[in-house]
Amino acid sequence: MEEKNCKSLLGALSDYVDGTAQEELCRELERHLANCDNCRIVVDTLKKTVYLYQSNTDTDLPVAVRERLYKRLNLDEYLKTN
Amino acid sequence: MVEIEAGTGISLEALQAGDRAEFARLVDAFSTQIYRLALKMLADEQDAEDVLQNTFMKALQSIENFEGRSSLSTWLYRIAVNEALMLLRRHKPTVSVAMDYEDDEDEFQHPTQFTDWCCLPEEDLLSAESKKHLDKAIRQLPEKLRVVFLLRDIEGLSIRETSEALDLTETAVKTRLLRARLNLREQLSSYYGEWLREEQA
Repeated sequence: MEEKNCKSLLGALSDYVDGTAQEELCRELERHLANCDNCRIVVDTLKKTVYLYQSNTDTDLPVAVRERLYKRLNLDEYLKTN
Repeated sequence: MVEIEAGTGISLEALQAGDRAEFARLVDAFSTQIYRLALKMLADEQDAEDVLQNTFMKALQSIENFEGRSSLSTWLYRIAVNEALMLLRRHKPTVSVAMDYEDDEDEFQHPTQFTDWCCLPEEDLLSAESKKHLDKAIRQLPEKLRVVFLLRDIEGLSIRETSEALDLTETAVKTRLLRARLNLREQLSSYYGEWLREEQA
């Protein structure tokens, strides 16, 4: 596919991936993606990249960290309430 | 008017009146997110804990002056980001100019990796080893891109909230977000592409 077209669509990718792109732009992008394998791969893997990061947020606050935070804030008396 | 942070039931009026039980509720409502942000920003548990403590210390000291122009959570994220950036600067006070990120390059980094790794099973994409790599890839981002990506895609702030937390225009947030995402996609494509090649070999 013509490189110029690929480049001009690059700036719209975040909106497209987030589903906030204007309808007309979506249609233009989708027409292009139907004929451009590289761009289709970029869009699919970009979506997947965002999805993987959004799924990888399982950090817990360690109990000891929470306790030290309460101590530093002089909130010890409320520590048991959770 | 009693202002309540949406979804948490926390009363700003009580916080500003010095209600300590209410402050404890604020801490429990947001400490996990703040700790996660700091950990992904700094990649060090002790540093993340320092940022967490300093963030709530500062919040405690300045809640009286909070004017409600943004939500409480956005305000906390803003304090946390500044604390994390200060720590980063202290650790490496001389960031070379080339390493720093300039907004005025309008070109986006053109994709160079065209391996379709979407088909890999989710258990592989999110294995313990892969997760380590996901975090490592974030650390390779210039910090100005990293912080936008973390707030928007990990913490789930809107474009507007991210722009409020970072004092950036929404356009700048969108530009940095796309740069961050494209950069991470390149990194993940080399990582997962390697797996695909091994699988097919």
